[in-house]
Amino acid sequence: MSAPLARIDVRRAFGPVVEGEAVVSTEGFSPRYDLDRWSGVITRPGHKLEGTSIRDKICFFPTAKGGIAAGWAFFDVKHKGIAPKALVFGVTNPVMVQGAVFANLTITEGWSPHPADVIRTGDWVRVDPARKVIELLRR
Amino acid sequence: MRLTADEQAMLEGRRGEAVRDAIRYQIQVGEFWNAERFVPITNAHMMGDIEVMGDAGFSWLRGACEKRARCAIPITTNARCIDFAFAEGLGQDPGEAAKEREIIQLLREMNVVTTDTCINYQTIYQPHLGEHVAWGDTGTVIYANSVFGARSNFEAGPAAFAAALTGRTPEYGFHLDRHRKGTFVVRLEASLDDLADWGAVGKIVGERHQNYFAVPAFTGMRRAPVADELKHLGAALASYGSMAMFHMVGVTPEAPSLEAALGGNRPPDEIVIDDAALERVYAGYDLRDRSANLVVFSGPQLSLLEMKSLGSMLRGRRLHPGTQVFVTTSHGVKSAARELGYLADIETAGATVLEGVCFYILQNLSQMRERNGWTNMVSNSAKIVNIIGAHRFNTILRRTRDCVEIACTGKLQ
Repeated sequence: MSAPLARIDVRRAFGPVVEGEAVVSTEGFSPRYDLDRWSGVITRPGHKLEGTSIRDKICFFPTAKGGIAAGWAFFDVKHKGIAPKALVFGVTNPVMVQGAVFANLTITEGWSPHPADVIRTGDWVRVDPARKVIELLRR
Repeated sequence: MRLTADEQAMLEGRRGEAVRDAIRYQIQVGEFWNAERFVPITNAHMMGDIEVMGDAGFSWLRGACEKRARCAIPITTNARCIDFAFAEGLGQDPGEAAKEREIIQLLREMNVVTTDTCINYQTIYQPHLGEHVAWGDTGTVIYANSVFGARSNFEAGPAAFAAALTGRTPEYGFHLDRHRKGTFVVRLEASLDDLADWGAVGKIVGERHQNYFAVPAFTGMRRAPVADELKHLGAALASYGSMAMFHMVGVTPEAPSLEAALGGNRPPDEIVIDDAALERVYAGYDLRDRSANLVVFSGPQLSLLEMKSLGSMLRGRRLHPGTQVFVTTSHGVKSAARELGYLADIETAGATVLEGVCFYILQNLSQMRERNGWTNMVSNSAKIVNIIGAHRFNTILRRTRDCVEIACTGKLQ
């Protein structure tokens, strides 16, 4: 296995090791405010990722927005087969964590360096919660 | 996490499978946040309806009931997605309504008090200073932490339910003194005459500080705010900023002075909010096709005093033909408003008053929007203006009296 092209250390992490295509957002996220929970596409008018599917993606969001209802939403979208593989937050809130843990979905918080400096949308990355690292595998 | 003998017994399954699953889940969440231990709680408040849970959550809840899950402390439910008296008229799915009825039955069987309100803090339970609770939705949490000085994190549906099963929650975030201090100062120079103004303050402050651990300390109030104003402020801060606590010097219990509110923090600067800042918020909305066929008073549910005020504004008036107005409130408030005549004032004008629900989580809302040709949604709630976006509404915040004028004239300005 070749060495990763870049590495991000995260502060907190939960969930299984996952690999997938990165989607890097400059705007925060809520599965309730922003996501169509029947298609897995971000539909909130004006969201920086409007029109983007998060299905099977490793999603990088700077912040978490709102809302308690998000707590059930990840479990719901996972069972519909449209969940992301991992949620990587700069700053998150308890609901995102409670929801992700409930759905056994990989989630992390805090990053160094900032993903905008090393990861681009479309890159192939791996999230390893036990080691608290995200690695860029190929682009 | 360090576990007590009781907690260890739960984890070993000696209190049954449901409690074991609950505490195992809570430990995973607690470890993410580096919680060292659990803290006992007295009250929980959970979101659980078919719109937010989906079929997967519904099946999970059935499973929990089969495992004989029974809540050990009082737990109430948040606003849900169907008011059964209006489900057919609103074109809501009968199959989903049947699931919703079953969810309510399952929750009751598991010792959950199905109050269906997001204003539990105004109508059901008011925790005291320092009391630990496990609440969601976000508006309930920020009110508990800020106005009562109680202690809660945002607790999602599964988390609040788990907390009620075990009678405890992981000790992190706002259960700890160190996270409860003001992290920045906001000076209020605006007149703040309407509930929407307080929500607009929450929008301005929340958008600039999208961080769960940011705690604004407000100064400069010209008068003591009332509960409904603090409710709209808190709901908007939680919604736009994902915040769970604020201080208001001389008003909230942990802020007898600015120094006490900041607790040693020394924020470098302060935000000043004046009338011009609020006007910029109102002027900032795109009016699109200027359609004014949907006006909503919801998110949070209206208190009895809000119902009275809205009733007096609508008394003797009629909604503009083609404009629909929805009001949501709790079962108890609607019942009281009926007794007191406020409901008649609102309904005679042509508005629809739904109980036990919130507009933004109504089952089938996107389809309802399409069927009714709604593009714009006008509201005096900054929170609902923010959160309904995924249903593709174009949203516009207006003051309460302006919302009533728009509803009665059909003219959006």
